Amino acid sequence: MQVVIIGNGIAGVTTALSLRKRRRDWGITLISGESDVFFSRTALMYVFMGQMRLKDTQPYEPHVWREKRIERVRGWVTHIDVGERRVRLDDGRAIAWDRLVVATGSTPNRFGWPGETLGGVQGLYTLQDLETLERAAADARRAVVVGGGLIGVELAEMLHGRRLPVTLLARESAYWNNALPAEEAALVTSVVRAAGIDLRLSTGLAFIEGDARGRAATAVDTTGARHDAQIVGLTAGVRPNLSAVVGSGLATGRGIRVDRTLHTGVDDVWACGDCAEIVEPGAPPDAPGRVEQLWYTGRMQGEVCAANVAGEQVAYDRGIWFNSARFFDLDWHTYGHVPAALDPPDAALRQAVWVDAPRRRLVRIVARDGAVVGVNSLGLRQRQAVWTRWIAEGRSARDVAARLDDAVFEPEFTGRLDPRAAAALKEQLA
Amino acid sequence: MTPTSIRATRPAAVRLGTVLALAGLVLLLAAALGRPFVSGASGLALTYLPLVAGALLLAVGPYLGRSGGLAHTGTLRDPFRSRGWPAWALAAALTGFYALVYWWPRHLDGLIRQLDPLALALARQPASEWFLYGFWYTLAVGVMGARMALRHRGNPYQQWRTASVVFFQLAFGFLIPQVLRAFQQPEFYFTYFWPLKKEYLFPSDLAGLVAGGGLGVFMAVWGVVAALVATPVLTWAYGKRWYCSWVCGCGGLAETAGDPFRHLSDKSRAAWRFERWSIHLTLVAVVGVTALVFGSHFAGGGWLGAASGTATRLYGFVVGAVLSGVVGVGFYPLLGSRVWCRYFCPQAAILGVIQRFFSRFRITTNGGQCISCGNCSTYCEMGIDVRAYAQRGENIVRASCVGCGLCAAVCPRGVLRLENGPVGDRFPARTTPGTLGP
Ligand SMILES: Cc1cc2nc3c(=O)[nH]c(=O)nc-3n(C[C@H](O)[C@H](O)[C@H](O)COP(=O)(O)OP(=O)(O)OC[C@H]3O[C@@H](n4cnc5c(N)ncnc54)[C@H](O)[C@@H]3O)c2cc1C
Ligand code: SF4
Repeated sequence: MQVVIIGNGIAGVTTALSLRKRRRDWGITLISGESDVFFSRTALMYVFMGQMRLKDTQPYEPHVWREKRIERVRGWVTHIDVGERRVRLDDGRAIAWDRLVVATGSTPNRFGWPGETLGGVQGLYTLQDLETLERAAADARRAVVVGGGLIGVELAEMLHGRRLPVTLLARESAYWNNALPAEEAALVTSVVRAAGIDLRLSTGLAFIEGDARGRAATAVDTTGARHDAQIVGLTAGVRPNLSAVVGSGLATGRGIRVDRTLHTGVDDVWACGDCAEIVEPGAPPDAPGRVEQLWYTGRMQGEVCAANVAGEQVAYDRGIWFNSARFFDLDWHTYGHVPAALDPPDAALRQAVWVDAPRRRLVRIVARDGAVVGVNSLGLRQRQAVWTRWIAEGRSARDVAARLDDAVFEPEFTGRLDPRAAAALKEQLA
Repeated sequence: MTPTSIRATRPAAVRLGTVLALAGLVLLLAAALGRPFVSGASGLALTYLPLVAGALLLAVGPYLGRSGGLAHTGTLRDPFRSRGWPAWALAAALTGFYALVYWWPRHLDGLIRQLDPLALALARQPASEWFLYGFWYTLAVGVMGARMALRHRGNPYQQWRTASVVFFQLAFGFLIPQVLRAFQQPEFYFTYFWPLKKEYLFPSDLAGLVAGGGLGVFMAVWGVVAALVATPVLTWAYGKRWYCSWVCGCGGLAETAGDPFRHLSDKSRAAWRFERWSIHLTLVAVVGVTALVFGSHFAGGGWLGAASGTATRLYGFVVGAVLSGVVGVGFYPLLGSRVWCRYFCPQAAILGVIQRFFSRFRITTNGGQCISCGNCSTYCEMGIDVRAYAQRGENIVRASCVGCGLCAAVCPRGVLRLENGPVGDRFPARTTPGTLGP
């Protein structure tokens, strides 16, 4: 049996390694146009900041591929032939498969801004992006980053770390408030600004002007303000990368449409990771599905995908939601359901939030009918196992508020939480 | 890819520090050549005050007014910290210094004589090469300890731990043994035990201490109890870290002066394989030497006496001088700060076995939150591939882990936490879906 996996990101690699555990004698081939080895996309920023070398971002030593007998092919897939069961690469090679997994990840959004093809204008997703950024940073004086999401703030931190003054343009009225409730957005906004980033809210990019050499010189924002910028980072979200599947006959919407077993509907073809759009059973054929663009979900989907490729029938269930990120040195952990805004209002939901602005800490508890359903935490690391248990058990939110110390995951000697936090949260939940 | 160097800004503190340190160095050089500008206690003060003040400013200057988040930015772009020529130069200087201390101390005479006023005050005896060595060692731990504490503002574990190693080096590694000499007592190190200080269980040494009576008896009992009772109990309760990154002088130097080089440790599987052989072989060697010494003591001299003498000297040369000093510290800038601790220290070997099989200590992995970025593995001074465990959602339970806590400090997603708990809970069944298999 020959399994071909397109994409050697976390989803494709997890599929390959999990499949090898299940099937010792199947052939497994990983194809990628981006790199020979699996590296952590999430660590690109640390390489740029001189905190790690590229080599350090590789989660596996080279002997793993040899010992696990995972063949790696470097090249871009230009066509998937479902009938002949072959993929074709840009250099003309054809690779045959019995089972195929598409894990091609994402590609950065572009919105047709005038000037977006100038030199120095780029996204941050691939290894090649890192290289071009490295070159651009060598002689840049200022930078503009467009997009107030997680990658935008990472890119701002990276450039700022090279002592480049950075202007960050975000369309939202507070940083990332389409995902974060108001208090969280306000705290993050203040942290980003305190770090020295010129964060402009409710502002987008209008166009970019170039110099005589075809390189970015000035970014003009939607308020008409002009920013001297030799680097313009475009980080306004990503969308599934469908480059390999065009013309293959696989069903696509926003991403590659798959059912909960990550099967595409075409015999022996699956998709997982950022590029997959998961459609709920019984949904109409054109109803939008769910696209998950995270490292953790890529890993979980890869495991489920491997089980199904091996012939099991496993439905993907991401379990109780979790996510974490860091904004400069502010940690964010979230578990369960925390809506950014209650719109439309939901009478059964109750929220309590405690903010310690000077120490830059925040805890928000969300309850439904008195039972905890979600938490947001800034400046305080939280223990996943505890929150997952509390949420799964439907613990009383007031009880949880009194036991926050049991879930804190900060270094030893950190000391207990300010007792006023529990009191304030309990009062709001009453 | 050609890296752009990070544009350096030199805070005023760093500039002042450079001037002071250079002034101190000039005076030190004059003393080393046997021609001190000023002699006596004032010469000593005039040399070391600017030197230490300058070194302090240089060490902490880059971290003043900065939050902890950027502490490791630029580490691998700095030739000093990434095996560039300054690293080689420093390694040569350190190795050379060790060689002089061990084998040609007379070349250090100028520096040693300069310390006489201090040695006379503390120990009521003139300084020796070992006094010079201990003095410099303690200064290095103190100055670089200040740097470490400032780098890790906001992390109480790092701050307490750093304060602890500085305290133990200053008090138990330097002052107390010297003051003991002033009172005609043995120069005893209460924070080193068998097998690191193998003599502390040798029958003749024990007998010598006991014969001295009073304090000597206490020292003899201390050495035995520390090695045979306290070590296993404390390691069961807190892991190897209670010693290796809170008390030990070698660990103290590694955690402070060695911090800029911690990431240079080899993370490969091949290095791990080598480590498991080398460290346990050293343990076997020290047990063998001790057994020979016991044998010759009780069976009385003869060929056993000759063998135990030779074995002790050989062990002292290979392990004590070459591996722990020349290679262990001299090669900091090239191989990282824990070469001795990781590959050779027999104390670490014993603590490691206890930690791996019977200890309450573990590094907990926070469910499925790892993004496989690799910061933890990069900054592990013991060369543990922390990420390999974290990305599978497994706790880290490794014999070599000294519990420095840097993996947890550098992790950008709050995935790791050092903690103690029931021994049986260290390997929980996987609860989060989607953590990567081996
Ligand atoms: C800077 C940055 C920081 C991030 N930080 C976080 C974070 O902190 N937490 C988090 O959860 N997520 C984070 N993410 C998102 C996370 O990295 C992605 O969700 C994850 O990498 C997706 O994995 P994947 O395997 O689906 O796809 P990818 O990692 O995109 O891998 C897909 C691979 O397929 C290859 N490929 C695509 N098309 C073809 C083709 N036609 N032929 C051959 N090969 C092809 C690509 O070259 C690529 O190597 C971050 C992303 C970026 C860019
Ligand atoms: S530093 Fe944290 S997120 Fe990165 S690999 Fe280690 S445990 Fe995972």
